Amino acid sequence: MPNDLPLKERMQIARHVMPAQDAQVRITNFDEVNLGFTPELAREEAMRCLQCKDAPCSQGCPVHVHIPDFINQIVEGDMLKAADVLLQDNLLPAICGRVCPQEKFCESRCVLGKKGLPVAIGSLERYTADATANQRAARPVGDLPPATGRKVALIGSGPASLACAGDLIRMGHAVTVFEALHAFGGVLVYGIPEFRLPKRIVEYEVNVLRRLGVRFEKNVVIGMTLTLNELMADQGYDAVFIGAGAGLPHFLGVPGEELIGIYSSNELLTRVNLMKAYQSGAVTPIFSYQDKTVAVFGAGNTALDSARTALRLGAKKVHIIYRRSEEEMPARHEEVLHAKEEGVEFTFLAAPLEFIDNGQGWLKGVRLQRMQLGEPDQSGRRSPVPIEGSEFTMELDLAVIAIGNSSNPLLRDTPGLQFTRRGTLEVGENSLQTTKKGVFAGGDIVTGGATVISAMGAGRQAAQEINRYLLELNQPAG
Amino acid sequence: MFEIKTKTKIAPDIFRFEIYAPLIAKKFQAGQFIVLRPLESSERVPLTIMKANREAGTITLIVKAIGLSTRQLAELKEGDAVADLLGPLGKPSEIGKFGTVVVVGGGVGTAVAFAVAQTLKEAGNRIIIISGARDQSFVILEDDLREISDELIMATDDGSYGVKGFVTELLKDLYRKGEQIDRVIAAGPLPMMKLIADITREHGTPTIVSLNPIMVDGIGMCGGCRALVNGKIVFVCVDGPEFDAHQVDFDSLMRRNNAYRDIEQEKEHACKLDAQIEEMKRA
Ligand SMILES: Cc1cc2nc3c(=O)[nH]c(=O)nc-3n(C[C@H](O)[C@H](O)[C@H](O)COP(=O)(O)OP(=O)(O)OC[C@H]3O[C@@H](n4cnc5c(N)ncnc54)[C@H](O)[C@@H]3O)c2cc1C
Ligand SMILES: Cc1cc2nc3c(=O)[nH]c(=O)nc-3n(C[C@H](O)[C@H](O)[C@H](O)COP(=O)(O)OP(=O)(O)OC[C@H]3O[C@@H](n4cnc5c(N)ncnc54)[C@H](O)[C@@H]3O)c2cc1C
Ligand code: SF4
Ligand code: SF4
Ligand code: FES
Repeated sequence: MPNDLPLKERMQIARHVMPAQDAQVRITNFDEVNLGFTPELAREEAMRCLQCKDAPCSQGCPVHVHIPDFINQIVEGDMLKAADVLLQDNLLPAICGRVCPQEKFCESRCVLGKKGLPVAIGSLERYTADATANQRAARPVGDLPPATGRKVALIGSGPASLACAGDLIRMGHAVTVFEALHAFGGVLVYGIPEFRLPKRIVEYEVNVLRRLGVRFEKNVVIGMTLTLNELMADQGYDAVFIGAGAGLPHFLGVPGEELIGIYSSNELLTRVNLMKAYQSGAVTPIFSYQDKTVAVFGAGNTALDSARTALRLGAKKVHIIYRRSEEEMPARHEEVLHAKEEGVEFTFLAAPLEFIDNGQGWLKGVRLQRMQLGEPDQSGRRSPVPIEGSEFTMELDLAVIAIGNSSNPLLRDTPGLQFTRRGTLEVGENSLQTTKKGVFAGGDIVTGGATVISAMGAGRQAAQEINRYLLELNQPAG
Repeated sequence: MFEIKTKTKIAPDIFRFEIYAPLIAKKFQAGQFIVLRPLESSERVPLTIMKANREAGTITLIVKAIGLSTRQLAELKEGDAVADLLGPLGKPSEIGKFGTVVVVGGGVGTAVAFAVAQTLKEAGNRIIIISGARDQSFVILEDDLREISDELIMATDDGSYGVKGFVTELLKDLYRKGEQIDRVIAAGPLPMMKLIADITREHGTPTIVSLNPIMVDGIGMCGGCRALVNGKIVFVCVDGPEFDAHQVDFDSLMRRNNAYRDIEQEKEHACKLDAQIEEMKRA
């Protein structure tokens, strides 16, 4: 196809769907579901973009990626340039291309979406990052500005901290990332499964930062191993960024929840992802899913990841049980589609009343109640109202609770930090500074469970603010 | 990194390790634990810190090799390093001047209760320790315990060493003798702690147990360590590990701790088979 294809003809091209593993095959492995665009598909999809001057798509992206520009470079065939356009705004394109809820962000604003289907911006972003990964890794790091002599400590190694680290090191500050777990990446390594986000991609990004000079320290729990005050007073860190995420899983609080066979999505996903239960020979124990009936409570990404993980572990039947309707499901659109293709069954408008004991302390089933949608609640979603007399029972072998997380309590006792009633950290809206001087925060610890790209955006904004703060430290007082 | 400075076998399958971990040694307070992975491929194992040496930067752990990962740890040698070590975790014990405190330890539970007993002693309490073992070969830490207690009752189930009897019976004996007990601290197998709680409940003695559920991360992320205390879900790794014994639902916790038993045994069996096959291939 020529580069100068007329508008009309561009609009004739149908949206390309990324090739994927066949549903029946992929539920027998943990390999990535999506196979990625071929160069031909990518270019054809890129040709669909109308290069809108005002780029409404960019407005929909939390970090305002210059979408028409990078897509234009794909059409021109200069992939490295396309990648560089992306990297200006988004430090983790291989990851965001895979996991952003594009239908809510960039693609929701694409003009093509008004009449037909939007440009597959996420898939193109992923393609650009993947196609240039080797070349980018081989490039020299480039000149960093002279060292400022300032040290910044980052708490947690999720996308918020990774993005913050990437910017701070390029500003000439010395950066150390402290992570409590034994692997770096936060939810990207312990939560999101291999079949959606291969761990080698997270490793790649961590290595990029290492090459730039970011130090990574694992096995350090800030608040326990080292306190915030020790970091600043004893270890000489001039500023701190808290990107500790929202990791504490909620439970339903219904009778019978302590039965064996019921656990949190975090436990299932941590055992499978971080502890690598998906590989043969891993030592972490996992309940046998072979031929079992499993219910997952919740309807976000975590719930869908749990359901699809259960299938891959051999479950016979997997139900998603959600108290609202399909429309309110917070999960990424593509995941819902993929889950349906894989045979996950959805029970909407039903809520658990109690779990049933098999007489030996193991789960045997759940009693559910049908719901209907009432008035919109504070979040703007119509809230579920129980229907009297609609109770029914579902036989189950295993249940996974995926109804959200609140922030980890490890830092709550830190003097000087203020938390909201929901347990999230208080920060200045623009400054991202906490109530403690020199301590900034962003990502899920501030917003509650959100998205990778919003955490990354907050990390970058914090880097700007920290830089400003550090420069002000250099000014003589008065 | 986290180098094993000394390793001593103190009983069948029970080892004493001193591991270099200066930051943790500096921070440690009685009642806290660490999570370690012996090898890059191991599970995360929670272990109580028995004591810390701030000058040398070491922590002391007493480990019973019961499954795959604890056995991997037991196979490491002095000079080796463990792959990961994280801590100190959990809330420190409540320390105060209570009066006479009876500390009951069953098996390696004795090591779990050691630091608490020591700190309570330093805080001016009178400490009676009841330490139970199956038989003479499993008696551990006698010298350490003598040093930090006013009275030490070493007991074995079969009477092959010290007093004959279960720790629960010996606690009852103390009550029978009219001992004024102001607080009881217990650590050991869950069924033992449950029985202790039942005994002290009758006497209205405040009682603290150190719970040992199965953990994954140890930092409040997986919910695997949850227990019902006073009817509410708690996460033992961040809310505990010590709780009011009279409020703990031991039954559900015991079931949970056994939940993986069959899987673990299968796994070990498979591992042993693999090892045997490897062995045969090499021969
Ligand atoms: C299963 C699952 C699937 C998801 N799927 C998607 C998706 O498809 N798309 C999307 O956009 N978003 C998704 N999300 C949400 C997204 O992953 C998060 O919003 C994002 O990771 C938040 O980033 P963060 O940097 O704030 O924190 P996190 O990624 O949570 O990282 C925080 C890190 O800090 C560490 N830490 C915590 N406390 C301490 C401490 N005291 N000291 C040291 N380290 C500490 C933690 O161990 C963790 O590694 C998903 C979340 C889950 C759980
Ligand atoms: C806070 C805390 C402090 C602890 N302190 C010590 C200590 O100081 N010294 C020590 O030797 N052990 C201690 N433990 C117990 C120790 O963590 C377990 O024995 C260890 O994790 C077993 O790992 P494994 O891989 O070797 O065995 P696995 O192969 O995982 O398990 C072997 C068998 O033991 C059972 N099991 C596993 N974990 C536990 C547990 N926590 N409680 C009861 N049964 C279990 C399994 O179901 C299985 O049947 C502590 C546990 C906790 C939670
Ligand atoms: S970062 Fe996410 S929202 Fe932004 S353009 Fe890329 S895929 Fe779209
Ligand atoms: S709105 Fe759609 S068509 Fe227009 S520039 Fe963005 S991606 Fe291209
Ligand atoms: S061990 Fe995971 S929450 Fe306590």
